[in-house]
Amino acid sequence: MAQKTEAPKKNVEPLKMDPSFKYEVMKEHDGETLKICFQCGSCTSSCPTARFSDSYRPRTILRLAQLGIRQKILPSPTLWLCTACFTCTDRCPQDVKVASVLRVLRNLAVKEGQTPRIFIELASNIYETGYAYKIPELRQKKRETVGLPPLPKASLDRVDRLLELAGGSKLIKSKEAQ
Amino acid sequence: MTSYALFLGCTIPARQSNYELSSRKALAKLGIELVDLANMTCCAPPPVQSIDLETSLAVAAYNICLAEEADLNLITLCSGCFESLSIANATLKADEQLKAKINRILSEAGKEFLGSKEVKHLLQVLVDDVGLERLKQRVSKPLSNLKVAAFYGCHVLRPSELLKFDDPERPSILENLIETLGAKSVEYRNKLKCCGGLLRGFSDDLALDLAREKLANTTKAGADCIATLCPFCFVALDLGQLQIKSKLNETFDMPVFHYSELLSLALGIDPKELALEAHKVKTDKIISKIS
Repeated sequence: MAQKTEAPKKNVEPLKMDPSFKYEVMKEHDGETLKICFQCGSCTSSCPTARFSDSYRPRTILRLAQLGIRQKILPSPTLWLCTACFTCTDRCPQDVKVASVLRVLRNLAVKEGQTPRIFIELASNIYETGYAYKIPELRQKKRETVGLPPLPKASLDRVDRLLELAGGSKLIKSKEAQ
Repeated sequence: MTSYALFLGCTIPARQSNYELSSRKALAKLGIELVDLANMTCCAPPPVQSIDLETSLAVAAYNICLAEEADLNLITLCSGCFESLSIANATLKADEQLKAKINRILSEAGKEFLGSKEVKHLLQVLVDDVGLERLKQRVSKPLSNLKVAAFYGCHVLRPSELLKFDDPERPSILENLIETLGAKSVEYRNKLKCCGGLLRGFSDDLALDLAREKLANTTKAGADCIATLCPFCFVALDLGQLQIKSKLNETFDMPVFHYSELLSLALGIDPKELALEAHKVKTDKIISKIS
């Protein structure tokens, strides 16, 4: 019988772990609950996205965050497949605020310049129109014909100022330039 | 008369006159006054929270400040707005340190968050301020032949610790409201799972998988139509049917209504006044069934 030989795999490198990463997460609002996750998997089994996606597993992301394997989390588009349904947070037996920990991770990804385009678009819309989704002008004109009162104007100047001060503008604009 | 500051958000004025019209007309009939405040802005929904939490809290709180200045509680029609504003309201009321930080930002825009007002969804106002009994007495055209599948979506129910809308695992507000109109509420599988709305534009295939499941299960349960309470769920399930037809070659023909539309019809408001042409899936067969 012919012996089947396989070529040795090349470039097998261990994943880099950053022991300080979990502290970065834990200092943000609700991020501190990351440390009490004991990996039961209630989050993944309750997750509406995980039922249809091959890649999105909240439990895995939390474990990667605890271990500090940031290169597997922050650049990955998978991180953005959360629908923010909060079922994971509601059902976690350890009271880990799973959805909020995932939000913290996305906030960190944004700071590293890893924001998917559609999210930048939504946030930039607030600058331009005061709202995340644009309200077409035609719609505003049509309101009267169906018997709706005119739409009150959004407060643009002040909201711009708010975004500047809260730091959001920096995050949106620096990404737009890329 | 009970008055609320109406927080409309963006999706309803952008594409759902049917939701706004039916809510305004029904609430006016039931003696709830809606006040349109100037200078409202974005509710800072989950996609904005994903960019930066403090920015989203400041933007959401700005709207609550406007309601505080007008001495009115807020009413939302959109579940997304309800969630964002309620999370900001509850978080800032509970966390003095964070409140002080956000107030430093708000002060530059001439505002201060006090935490003196409530944020309510339309359905809560119907239950708390009108009441099921009174509502039942006002029904002039009971929807007796109609089997309705209640669809809550996510953002009124969870995070339940902050939203306190209903039991997140066994809610009953919407079913009770449906039955109050004389219709029958039908049960179906995976009723409380997400509509996929927030994945639209980012992962369309997954979004349609999630929406398809609801349409298949409500069809199997023999529902005549679905009742929603959120403009995102409405888009996912209504416009979603056209996309499912073209992408997956599957036809459901399941009309989707906002609860406020069913309510308006039961209160005797003429369907012609409700901008039903905003629906992608035709509503004719339901209208003829109840008139």
